[in-house]
Amino acid sequence: MAHPASADPLTELKQTNTGIENKKLAMWAFLASDCMFFGTLISTHLIYRRVYPDVVNPPEIFDIELTGISSFVLLASSFSMALAVSSAHKGNLKMVRIALAATIFGGLVFLAGQVYEFSHFVHHKHLTLDSNIFGSTFYLLTGTHGTHVAIGVLWLTAHLVHTFTPWHGRQNALDIESTGLYWHFVDIVWIVIFTAVYLVEYLNF
Amino acid sequence: MASTHSPDTLSHPQPGSTHDEPKHTGIWKRPLKPDGLVGWLTTVDHKKIGIAYAVAALFFFLVGGVEALLIRLQLFRPEQELITAETYNTLFTMHGTTMIFLAVMPLSTAFFNYIMPLQIGARDVAFPRLNALGLWTFILGGILLNLSWFFGGAPDMGWFGYAPLTGRQFSPDMATDFWVLSLQVLGIASLVGSFNFITTILNMRAPGLSMMRLPLFTWMTLITSFLIILAFPAITIALVELMFDRHFGTMFFDVLGGGKPILWQHLFWVFGHPEVYILILPAMGIISEVLPVFSRKPLFGYPLVVFSGAVIGFLGFAVWSHHMFTTGLGVVATSAFAFLTMLISIPTGVKIFNWIGTMWGGRITFTTPMLFAVGFIWMFMLGGFTGIMHSSPPVDAQQQDTYFVVAHFHYVLIGGSIFALFSGMYYWFPKVTGRMMSETWGKLVFYTMFAGFNLAFFPMHILGMTGMPRRTHTYQTELGLNGPNLWSTIGAFMLGFGVLMFVAQVIYSLKKGQKSGRDPWDARTLEWVTDNPPKFYNFAYTPIVHARDQFFESKHGKPERRMEKLAPDDHGIHMPDQSWWPLILSIGLFIAAFGMVVLGQPREAFPLIGGMLPEGDFSIWEFTVPGLALTLFAAFGWAYEGPGGFHVHPPASEIQDDEMGTVLRTAPTRPEPNGHSGH
Repeated sequence: MAHPASADPLTELKQTNTGIENKKLAMWAFLASDCMFFGTLISTHLIYRRVYPDVVNPPEIFDIELTGISSFVLLASSFSMALAVSSAHKGNLKMVRIALAATIFGGLVFLAGQVYEFSHFVHHKHLTLDSNIFGSTFYLLTGTHGTHVAIGVLWLTAHLVHTFTPWHGRQNALDIESTGLYWHFVDIVWIVIFTAVYLVEYLNF
Repeated sequence: MASTHSPDTLSHPQPGSTHDEPKHTGIWKRPLKPDGLVGWLTTVDHKKIGIAYAVAALFFFLVGGVEALLIRLQLFRPEQELITAETYNTLFTMHGTTMIFLAVMPLSTAFFNYIMPLQIGARDVAFPRLNALGLWTFILGGILLNLSWFFGGAPDMGWFGYAPLTGRQFSPDMATDFWVLSLQVLGIASLVGSFNFITTILNMRAPGLSMMRLPLFTWMTLITSFLIILAFPAITIALVELMFDRHFGTMFFDVLGGGKPILWQHLFWVFGHPEVYILILPAMGIISEVLPVFSRKPLFGYPLVVFSGAVIGFLGFAVWSHHMFTTGLGVVATSAFAFLTMLISIPTGVKIFNWIGTMWGGRITFTTPMLFAVGFIWMFMLGGFTGIMHSSPPVDAQQQDTYFVVAHFHYVLIGGSIFALFSGMYYWFPKVTGRMMSETWGKLVFYTMFAGFNLAFFPMHILGMTGMPRRTHTYQTELGLNGPNLWSTIGAFMLGFGVLMFVAQVIYSLKKGQKSGRDPWDARTLEWVTDNPPKFYNFAYTPIVHARDQFFESKHGKPERRMEKLAPDDHGIHMPDQSWWPLILSIGLFIAAFGMVVLGQPREAFPLIGGMLPEGDFSIWEFTVPGLALTLFAAFGWAYEGPGGFHVHPPASEIQDDEMGTVLRTAPTRPEPNGHSGH
């Protein structure tokens, strides 16, 4: 294959059978797999909620205002993530840094909310991993999602630091885009979790 | 892995490579030595990784085989006391786990690695370092599972690990933790491998090699990879939940806390049934390569074989509850799963008819690979017939947990998967080593294995019908089970002897086998266009494909269907650099997993050095946290290092060498259906 020095390395990376870069295609495959990870966890939670509807009354435990706000911040960070990807493709490095920092901030706010929420539940509502089946499924599901967010924050921070090094180049826009796919996915999964675990508990059937 | 550096071009001494100024990025210098121990530990070459997979898988195959022979030895005569009931439990658990996760799956992966990139005309897989990560996590996961023998005994609750048997209450020691954690490590190996193969097949095909021109084995690699990425999450989460139950007091499967053991069965079989197809689809791919070559006919009904493979993969997700008919699912669920199970025999039958159609009217030569392939069709059909029998819930209720089921799935897994994998090993041995395996010995191996296998497993049908239960370490004299058990054990040892002969033949042929030349079988697909064994850069040119079975068309077809060759430009061929990081990252995972096994165990229970350790229990700080830290460190080192790479300039003689096609200097202007390959 030709390697003309002037060509955009991103164009060259697109020269695949599908027209999608390898890294992006692999990320899509990973996200398909991750759907099944979360699907299994969410199913476990919902099955046990149905089998044991009275083991807890979740609205007595949840602090829906706090979780609602931190969920909003997390979802809003998808916007700054999209901004970071777009700026990276346009080569606007300054905007990339701002947008990455904003996304990291959103992720950290969400994580802080979750840490506060978990410690509040444990210390004041006496809901622990081993207190009842609701505690088991709730903490494992939301904790797995929190781990995803934490990995995303670490990853985005690595990108942010990388933009200040001399090694940052044009083709790193693709890496930021792949991370962006991951970040959007983690946000979308949270929409499902927030609805299935939190919001439906407030419905009065 | 995530971020990468600019693909800085490194160069190092390789035959025909250029010598630019080496630029090193990363924490330390990249390993540049292609041979020796360092070469193997840091390799990113899909061919070397494939060979390593095969060697490790064959080793574990022998280990699992010895476990099976011990089981058969115990059942040779009624009321024997060779092996205690406890040891018997560990043997059948380890036999099942080893054969599925450490023998058959990685042996298929060995072929995915070695053959698939050659079949699509690629220089390597899409992510060479990720490929190495898959290899090392597989090997370390296998070691972790077998470490249990030295830490107070191997797991003993069956390869399916049914709850609540796996809970702390009934399995207090570390054996179950070894099983849980090693399966998680092995799951990582399968997942990263599959992401890689999917990307490689979809993105890196040679120009002109459209999806419907792909060799069948590559197609089955793709479908199997999709099955793996969609099925493994279910068991991974189930294992995580079990791990939390055992270590952190959750109650997912703890009956006292309200956990439902049936949930484990559902999660396990949502994975477990697609897993059956993960084991058999690669075998079907191999058969679909071997039969056309030795029948000298193209595969009959190619699109139908591809499509039925995809349908099997899809339906494979909808039949898991047929493993649970006797749990009382209710009439509707049972009927639905019975119907879907019967449905899945249709695409399977379609394939069998296509294979028979391939042989029909062909000029058949019964070489060893062909014998194994024909044996596969026959034996797999026998396993399929009994499969249809227990797709009917009332029949299944009679057969559940008897030797009839053992006979069924060994016909599918040995007569099916193992025979096909042996067919593949005989078929591609010259490709990998450049040497032939003797036909005389090969046929002797086949007939020994074939006779031994049938003698070992056919009587099990009768045993099961008579009512002999599975997983019971002995039987009474007066039950009328003596004869078939005796023959079965004799057959098992015959099968084992056949496998030993095979191993001896491989070792002999590596040194003394006849040179194979380029095309010993008059083969059909692209992997045979290159040398045997191939150069490390696979092809000296980019093949341009104009037909299905391109190699055969180039040799015997019309002139306009011959292959063309695109010579590399002035920059040469870009090849990836070796790396330490995959090995380091998998060692980090291994340490972390080991830490979760010993978590909460008294330190003095540690073999050999236990007495020297300070008193107290293991916490997460000794192994798990350092292991995870090493994993994270390796992930950053990996990203920081970048893919690297160097350029190779193959000599012109290699590009011209054969009569396989016209050499083009520039890419064809004519639009190709699938655009451009990767490098």
